[in-house]
Amino acid sequence: MLQQKQKKTGRLIALAGCLLLLVLVVVLENTLNPQGMFFTVLKKSAVYTLVAVSMNLLNGFTGLFSLGQAGFMLLGAYTYAIFTLPAASKDSVYYLYGGSAIKFSLTDLFQGIFGSEGAGGMVALWLTVIVALILAGLVAALFSWLIGLPVLRLKSDYLAIATLGFAEIIRAIFTWDVLGPVTNGSTMIQGFPTFASFNIRLANGETFYLSSFVPVFFATVCVVIVVLLIHSTYGRAFKAIRDDEVAAEAMGINLAKHKMISFVISSFFAGVGGALFAMYINLAQARNYTTTLTYELLLIVVLGGIGSITGSCVGTFLYVAASEWWLRGLDEGTFLGISSPLFRTGFRMVVFSAVIMVVVLFFRKGIMGGRELPDLFRRRRRPAGKEARGK
Amino acid sequence: MKKLFALLLVLAMALSLAACGSTTSDNGNDSGNGGSGGNADSGGDAASGDKVIKIGMFEPSTGDSASGGQKEMLGMQYANSVCPTVTVGGEEYTVELIPADNGSVVEKASSAATQLINEGVSVVLGSYGSSVSMAAGPLFQQAGIPAIGVTCTNPQVTAGNDYYFRICFLDPFQGTVLANFAMDELGAAKAYCLGELGNEYDQGLISFFESAFTAAGGTVIKDTYPSQNSDFTSYLNKAKSEDVDVIFTPVSIAYSTQIVSQAATLGIDIPILGSDTLDDNKVLEAAEGTDVELYVSTFYQEGGDPEFDEGIKAYINSNSDALTANGGDDTISAVTAMGYDAYFVALEAIKAADSVDPADIQQALWDVTYDGVSGHIEFDDVNGDAVRDTAYIKMSDNAGGWILQTQQTVE
Amino acid sequence: MNILPFLLSGISVGGQYALIAIGYTLVYGILRLINFAHGDVFMAAGLMMIYISATLPLQAAVPLVLILTVVLGFLIERVAYKPLRTAPRMSVMISAIGVSYLLQNTATYLTGGQPMNYPKLPLISETVSIAGNNVTVVTIVTPFLVLALVVALVQLINHTKVGMAMRAVAKDFETSQLMGIKINNVISMTFVIGSALAAIGSMLYFTNYTYITPTAGAMPGLRAFVAAVFGGIGSIPGAVIGAFLIGICENLIKATPYTVFSDAFTFALLIVILVVKPTGIFGEKVTDKV
Repeated sequence: MLQQKQKKTGRLIALAGCLLLLVLVVVLENTLNPQGMFFTVLKKSAVYTLVAVSMNLLNGFTGLFSLGQAGFMLLGAYTYAIFTLPAASKDSVYYLYGGSAIKFSLTDLFQGIFGSEGAGGMVALWLTVIVALILAGLVAALFSWLIGLPVLRLKSDYLAIATLGFAEIIRAIFTWDVLGPVTNGSTMIQGFPTFASFNIRLANGETFYLSSFVPVFFATVCVVIVVLLIHSTYGRAFKAIRDDEVAAEAMGINLAKHKMISFVISSFFAGVGGALFAMYINLAQARNYTTTLTYELLLIVVLGGIGSITGSCVGTFLYVAASEWWLRGLDEGTFLGISSPLFRTGFRMVVFSAVIMVVVLFFRKGIMGGRELPDLFRRRRRPAGKEARGK
Repeated sequence: MKKLFALLLVLAMALSLAACGSTTSDNGNDSGNGGSGGNADSGGDAASGDKVIKIGMFEPSTGDSASGGQKEMLGMQYANSVCPTVTVGGEEYTVELIPADNGSVVEKASSAATQLINEGVSVVLGSYGSSVSMAAGPLFQQAGIPAIGVTCTNPQVTAGNDYYFRICFLDPFQGTVLANFAMDELGAAKAYCLGELGNEYDQGLISFFESAFTAAGGTVIKDTYPSQNSDFTSYLNKAKSEDVDVIFTPVSIAYSTQIVSQAATLGIDIPILGSDTLDDNKVLEAAEGTDVELYVSTFYQEGGDPEFDEGIKAYINSNSDALTANGGDDTISAVTAMGYDAYFVALEAIKAADSVDPADIQQALWDVTYDGVSGHIEFDDVNGDAVRDTAYIKMSDNAGGWILQTQQTVE
Repeated sequence: MNILPFLLSGISVGGQYALIAIGYTLVYGILRLINFAHGDVFMAAGLMMIYISATLPLQAAVPLVLILTVVLGFLIERVAYKPLRTAPRMSVMISAIGVSYLLQNTATYLTGGQPMNYPKLPLISETVSIAGNNVTVVTIVTPFLVLALVVALVQLINHTKVGMAMRAVAKDFETSQLMGIKINNVISMTFVIGSALAAIGSMLYFTNYTYITPTAGAMPGLRAFVAAVFGGIGSIPGAVIGAFLIGICENLIKATPYTVFSDAFTFALLIVILVVKPTGIFGEKVTDKV
């Protein structure tokens, strides 16, 4: 009884925390400089957080070592781009192929219903994006189901290399020029709704910024769903599989089914993440979804703490901010007031990779270990002696 | 002990976050001129007291295109050393170049662009590589900062973006020029096209080449190789056994060096035709002392401006960083010349606008004309693309130099 | 179409992949670690050759590069992997990715990202003509050299004390420790062997493909890794056969009009093989113990 009550208050606090975060983002973006570095990093972090969490669900909670994330992101990105690109710009985007084979566009559909201006336009935009994001997730999930059928029987590194191979195959197919009228071959698709499309021009000429709110909003919703999933019976089954497959099976958990569920759900969110990624970079192009991207995400997941959602969130922000923001001075000659001839272009990435090494060596279980945010508060209440004993 | 260390680290991170948060809020009040993360303050205050105008170099200095990006920046830096000041409103401004590394990948383009915007640059130059330019284009547009593309040749870079200009020719033009050259000068009827899979530059040029070449009655065999491939012997053998008349490889520098050197080893005597990316000192080095017949189309004709050639060679040799960026020798690449011209186009625009305000510079850019080392530069009224109707086609003399073959135009 | 040149370059590339793949498979057999940095060690060996041969004669440069690469591999193990011996497997792998980034970024920083020209090695850089096809001597030499090295390696593992220790550690990490085997020395030894082979591989590889970029190791690294999985990670003959298979496969596809899928086909083949034989061609069947 008491436990249930605690759980309920815990959930309320978490919900309030999420809402507060979203409100804070809107307020900050409209009071501070919306072109600031913070917001660019925030947008990218939101997108990466979602994908990292989806990867953590698979690698950290179910113990399936998969390296196919980039492939599923690619599927999501292309689905989103192809179905939201307005028909009017299809000819100019698919200029090498004389127009697109897919005439349908969600943007036109919803704008036809709600109009393209003012409040109606905003409704149309939100609906377009939400429907397209779900579609993106579904396409990725469908493909993951197909590939999951044969490869999920594989163990650890063999599964990793099979999923990595799958991502590479997908990338080759999407750049194949025979499919050009659909995928635009090697050329990028651009001109679909991006984060900046959500900014509202007010009557007085000012702009009401929502471009950071949107990615944070979608990422938060998805992460909350993942967290709920992890706390459900399914989540417990996932963790049981991770800890001991044989024991889990003995307890009556259907291994194949649960592995597939985890794989499909993870890919769904990777697909949504891929679509958001396309929105962030303003274009969809297959060559960006390489194994390097997957490694980067794996790095974030492990640095944040494998098996910790909070870790993935914190890890992403620190990773993105460090690589693209805080260390920039190292490329320009002056960093933290120190100038050195060593500081020329390229030095930033050298330092950054050294920082990664240091973090890995000193936080062998990642920044958060296996803990979540609430655990940090809970720990304080415990007697000091107990903490000292825990390694 | 370890716990304590961990705690300290977290604390340090939190502090730095807070610090950054507060600098960001400063930015809000004084958008455009403030630093972005404490580290950026170096920019504006460096030349204490002097008036400074900042020009952003949005270029890759790491990643796959680092080679081209660094050479393009070299041209800008040299131009800056030649002409470090500009007069605006009767006052002399020192021009400061701000580099921002986009890492050759689109996902880092946004933050690099944001950095430049936050540094308060008046105009941006770059980037080498069209996809990064396209990823960052909307950001520059929203921030109202004009950008001048130096060698990004994809048509979509400037399309629909009033703030993106470009001083080089476009892929459709270049593809057609090269097809005509292959047909008319090399007498080719069958061409082998080889490009990187998924690279819009290679594949775009090949498409345009193909349509012009087949329209004129030729046949084309198209092949692609995966990224980071270095074994081209099979492709070259295939071209040989298909008995083609010309090999068309509009690929980036790292691949073209491999292709040229492997063609030499295999004793391929089919002419190799390349695009502007192959006009590079590393490619020349690969062809040096071999029997390869290598043609490239380019923006810039070496020896066209001896003063520039001499100046930049001296600059490269006097500066070890520049020498590294140029790959250890002083042969001038086309992108370096283009970077040099881009800098002066920007200066012309600033002078014409007589203002350091990006909006005024954007207005002025439409009417800027400039005669650079790469020829006459002016922009069209539609997209802000350079009006260029001539491409130079050069042939490697295989002794470390280029010989001008012809000036090719398209009606 | 004349298929011979495609086969020849397939065999040659396969041999070079094999030398890298052995490094992967040795380390994996003992540490269960996918050493992502291995491809970059290969690249670093190439760069060292360029810089060293600029000042020293080749006779001195070749052994020096070999020694320095071995030292590099040894240091990487001591600094980046040894402290993590008791950490979760993933952390070690991330450490490997970190090392890989560090090597690549350092190379970019030093070279300015420019492709660097590999020096011509006497004898093996020459071109000869076989049935009307020009090939470099190295193309011919590679498979034989690889076979010789593999035979020597197998002898080392089967008939020496170090080899026995390596096999023991690969079989059971903890027990062999209890048996008095100095685990750290054995692990260092595998890194030394792996790096030395990578150095030799880099000399052969870059003699054929003479330009080195900071990411030059990524692609052969990935291929070699796939080859190791192909053969069943941990098995040396498996890695070698896998490497030759992949090398020949990808070059034969290049002879067809479907070059778009030259990578994809390799991976598709891999997936098919794994589905049929989940632990690779020569992989041992893992039995779960409760």
